[in-house]
Amino acid sequence: MSEEKEKKNEDFEPKIVGFLCNWCSYAGADLAGTSRIQYPPNIRVIRVMCSGSVDSVYVNRALLEGADAVLIGGCHPGDCHYINGNYKARRKMVLLKNILTTLGMEPDRIWLRWISASEGQKFADTVKEIVNETKKLGPNPMKEKWNI
Amino acid sequence: MVMITIDSKEYEAIPGETVLDVAKRNNVFIPTLCHHPSVEPYSACRLCVVGVTQKGWTKVTASCSLLIKEGMEIKTSSPRIDRSRKILMELYLARCPESSELKEVASKLGVDSSRFKTYTEPNEKCILCGLCVNVCEQVMGVGAIGFANRGAAREVIPPFQEHSDVCTTCGACAFVCPTQCIDLSEISTQTPEPLLSDYDAGLAERKAVHIPFPQAIPNVPIIDKDACMYALNGTCKSCENFCEPEAILYDQEDEDININIGSVILSPGADVYEPPEGDSLGYGLYPNVLTSLEFERMLSASGPFQGHIKRLSDGEEPKKIAWLQCIGSRDESCDHKYCSSVCCMYSIKEAVIAKEHLPGLDTHIYFMDMRTFGKDFERYYERAEDEYGVVFRRSRVPRIEQNRETGELSVRYINDNGDVEIESYDMVVLAVGMQPCDTLPDLASIVNVNLNGYGFIEVDPYYNVETSRSGIYASGSATEPKDIPESVIEASAAAAIAARDIKDARGSEVTTKEYPRERDVSNEFPRTGVFLCHCGINIGGIIDIQKVKEYVQRLPYVALADDETFSCSQDSLERIKERINELGLNRIVVASCTPRTHEPLFQDTLREAGLNPHLFEMVNLRDQNSWVHRDNPVLATEKAKETVAMGVVRVNEMRAVSHEKFPVVQKALVIGGGISGMSSAIALSDQGFDVYLIEREEELGGLSRDVHLGIGDEDPQKLLEEMISKTTEHENISLYTGAILEDIDGYVGNYTSRISHEGTTETIEHGAVVVATGGEAYEPTEYSYEDSENIITQKEFEKDLASGKKYLGDLKEVVMIQCVGSRNDEHPYCSRICCSNAIKNAVRLKENNPDVSVYVLYRDIRTYGFKEDSLYRKARGKGVFFIKFDENEEPQVDLKKGKITVQTKDKILQRDMILNPDKLVLSVGVVPGENTALAQQLKVPLNSDGFYSEAHMKLRPVEFSADGIFLCGLAHSPRFMDEAIAQARAASSRAATILSKEYLETGGSVANIASRRCAGCKLCVNICPYDALDYDEEKRIVIVNEILCQGCGACAAICPSGTAQQNSFTKRQIMSMIDECIR
Repeated sequence: MSEEKEKKNEDFEPKIVGFLCNWCSYAGADLAGTSRIQYPPNIRVIRVMCSGSVDSVYVNRALLEGADAVLIGGCHPGDCHYINGNYKARRKMVLLKNILTTLGMEPDRIWLRWISASEGQKFADTVKEIVNETKKLGPNPMKEKWNI
Repeated sequence: MVMITIDSKEYEAIPGETVLDVAKRNNVFIPTLCHHPSVEPYSACRLCVVGVTQKGWTKVTASCSLLIKEGMEIKTSSPRIDRSRKILMELYLARCPESSELKEVASKLGVDSSRFKTYTEPNEKCILCGLCVNVCEQVMGVGAIGFANRGAAREVIPPFQEHSDVCTTCGACAFVCPTQCIDLSEISTQTPEPLLSDYDAGLAERKAVHIPFPQAIPNVPIIDKDACMYALNGTCKSCENFCEPEAILYDQEDEDININIGSVILSPGADVYEPPEGDSLGYGLYPNVLTSLEFERMLSASGPFQGHIKRLSDGEEPKKIAWLQCIGSRDESCDHKYCSSVCCMYSIKEAVIAKEHLPGLDTHIYFMDMRTFGKDFERYYERAEDEYGVVFRRSRVPRIEQNRETGELSVRYINDNGDVEIESYDMVVLAVGMQPCDTLPDLASIVNVNLNGYGFIEVDPYYNVETSRSGIYASGSATEPKDIPESVIEASAAAAIAARDIKDARGSEVTTKEYPRERDVSNEFPRTGVFLCHCGINIGGIIDIQKVKEYVQRLPYVALADDETFSCSQDSLERIKERINELGLNRIVVASCTPRTHEPLFQDTLREAGLNPHLFEMVNLRDQNSWVHRDNPVLATEKAKETVAMGVVRVNEMRAVSHEKFPVVQKALVIGGGISGMSSAIALSDQGFDVYLIEREEELGGLSRDVHLGIGDEDPQKLLEEMISKTTEHENISLYTGAILEDIDGYVGNYTSRISHEGTTETIEHGAVVVATGGEAYEPTEYSYEDSENIITQKEFEKDLASGKKYLGDLKEVVMIQCVGSRNDEHPYCSRICCSNAIKNAVRLKENNPDVSVYVLYRDIRTYGFKEDSLYRKARGKGVFFIKFDENEEPQVDLKKGKITVQTKDKILQRDMILNPDKLVLSVGVVPGENTALAQQLKVPLNSDGFYSEAHMKLRPVEFSADGIFLCGLAHSPRFMDEAIAQARAASSRAATILSKEYLETGGSVANIASRRCAGCKLCVNICPYDALDYDEEKRIVIVNEILCQGCGACAAICPSGTAQQNSFTKRQIMSMIDECIR
């Protein structure tokens, strides 16, 4: 059983939903492009103005619909374009991870990263890391039909 | 136009093209190793063989040299072709198994290893593709290398296998070589010199065509004419073959442009000091001795090593790094007698970041005085020492030696006990200072301004952005070494004064663009037009745009899906406009590059076509797709389909956002009538704005009334007098002394304030606020200050000096104690000015009475910038004694029968000293004023020391994060008069950006709260960082102030009922985007 599962894990291509703030992380992702740094095509980016505007509901929706991982990318602490939105995001995600754990879901599918506009390499590395780690976790079980 | 068939699909081709050209243009894969667009086809590698059927005959031939003919039928793959490619590929792989280019092609052909014997000799790597020979001859026109011998002995060599003297070491051969087997030093008699990137401090190479640095404006490549082979000898022109829009202009020349101007600002910056190569510090000699700028690039995530710290000698991670301070600063031997002001802070920063990158790293900083004098800098210094474990050693290091075997660098220093010790490091960073930029003398002679004795631009001692010539201003490190916050402040100050000179011309050169009336689409169903951009081959070369187009056409509400080579070209924009009008499109998606650069352009096109610019969405197919998924066209195309679909569902939900105009009251309120407040009021009124200036006391001047001596010959009291008369006489300034701000209401552009003044209350309206409430001198309780009239503060002593009190001539011994009320638990910051003030007074006393002994007891002497030379060095020259004490062993003061005894331990000599001064002068620090009440009235923050907190230390040093409120002077942090004046002028400049507008526009992606659904829970009110949400007590709902709202969306994320929404980023939009990408 476990062997079978492992094989399945290696084959599958995780789907990542990324919420990137307009000022830092989205710009960092652009820089990865202008620097031609290659990373796996598993991420779908939704541009938001600030990581603090990412409602926990969005993350829940993505995970319930079957996204294998969710990335929230914000400015480094102290660098938020909107003073402190990234701290709001951090607080929210800590709470959300706790709640998801009590509900029996995997909190490791939520990633919060600070990526500045000059960190194209970090963005690419982050996506690679998420893909690798998510492959270890396996597909999001929420994707399968519910057996009740 | 000719039609040919490749793999049963028809393609258009231009006569003269080869089959490979057509295939490449249409993204049909044919492998090749010896093809390059600049070189004539040579058909050497034979990997590009294809099957050609003509008139019933089929043959297999190289596609790179096969010219197309009408009706040609090409097969790019068949068992026979595949077999021959695979066997060739295995042979190549056997020749050079390590080449990444070969491996890439091999993996595409399904070859992962070779059955043949693998070569290991490096000179056997050549696969004889001929690219190098052809590039050298055809493109570079040199012909320095060629083929020699036949059969198995065939090789590429310079003639007679001797070093060629015609080779120009241009490097084209090495660049095109697929196996990287060319070593230029084996070909040429010249030594090849790599082109080094200035931006990466010479740690990385760059090309002749390059973008100088990622943030360059405009962000387009430039050709370095000193390195371009075409500019040098008329050859190459290869880049032309790759630039599809034909944007390269080889013959572009510098041109003279005449512009009429009213004022000039000089901001050329400074140069970094370059340590002489091979001196006792071994820079340039030992590879692991770096300058701080080189180390800074190494630390940077966008730097040459992606932020990895490694030794240049062997690429190993260092375990121990030392920083040596004052390299090229405070050093007479290189004629830099000044302090560069910034090095202490940046070294601490580098040490801290290095420790974060490499846990367990030892970082030691060798310094003379730690000069962390800026706002919140002292705290950073303490944290570096206490939390991060950065080790600080007070010793100047004269010499570095390298161990030849290990590459370790040994540093000789003097420890706390005065003994010489030697410590080894893996890496040493030289904290280099600043020097005037080498073009400054030329610039100064062109604009006819004076340079000072240090080679920087000479400026007025108080108005430090004004040069020797009126109308010409200067800012930043061109006038004195300084850090980013001070440079930004001076830049704004210079702008304020430059704007004063040309205030009558404000806005006279602005032309407003006229747009057609916006079409109301609120009652229409979405009719969405999707425009896909190929961006030449940038997107189209990877992503199958046709497939994306077919997919998009079937999406809901999509009325049109179109593709363009360059969507941003003028004719494409015209076509978008035509299509909007023809088809009645009311939502537009452009899928191309990034909204960060091109969104405004397309939004403008929408406006020109009569659509609201918010009915638009841009999908990133290039920067976040084709450029980063080059190796995976299939998945990149899938990603493109999904992201465009996400864009479509978002744009379908877009609503027009209107921009409302609110009038601005073009007047300012300045709170505080000290030097800062008056400077700000004068600068604002000089720019043509009415100013209300309120001062709590009956008299103007504030703390500056106690400053009697300047650092040079200047007279601070004369300056104050002039400023007071200018303030009282200025027709635009309404002055209220003895006045208090009762309350203030409103928002940027529209404030209403009540001022109580002479027993009456007056209501005023204004559009901006400048906080210039100043600070206060610390009232000492330590060192028996209150017990003797011979123990006085520096302020009192300065007054006596200025008035020439008689007792000064009789003094035999004077002791000054520094850091009284600064850098302690109660006031953990540095007051910045006390060192210079004390030394200024000490020098003055010595000048009047050379026989007096003056002892300055200090912790660090912080005479930054030119004050290092004009005060500290001068004082030591005059025989002032400087005695360092430890922060834990403060001097002890005893008073017996009026006799003062000061006992202290000299930290450098490690000796106890007892002094009996006639006068003990305490250098007291600056403390914040009573700021709490005003901070609450204005809803602006204070820092933990009690000074006001600016919006951003570096980028917005004179602004609060709340729009419309500005700060300057001691309200911000302790500073000198010239610095306070610059800051006041800067605040006026920032305020003028609001006051110069007649209207402020609201709108964009601001918050939106539907009144009938708001429950009035006020969660959003509390989370809003801009106070843009007001609770209406009567209606019990929250109202959005669209002028204050910056559109961060925090309220939308916290609203429990989903009532608070962000325009253009509504929950519905984002939810449907999530659904779309996971479906």
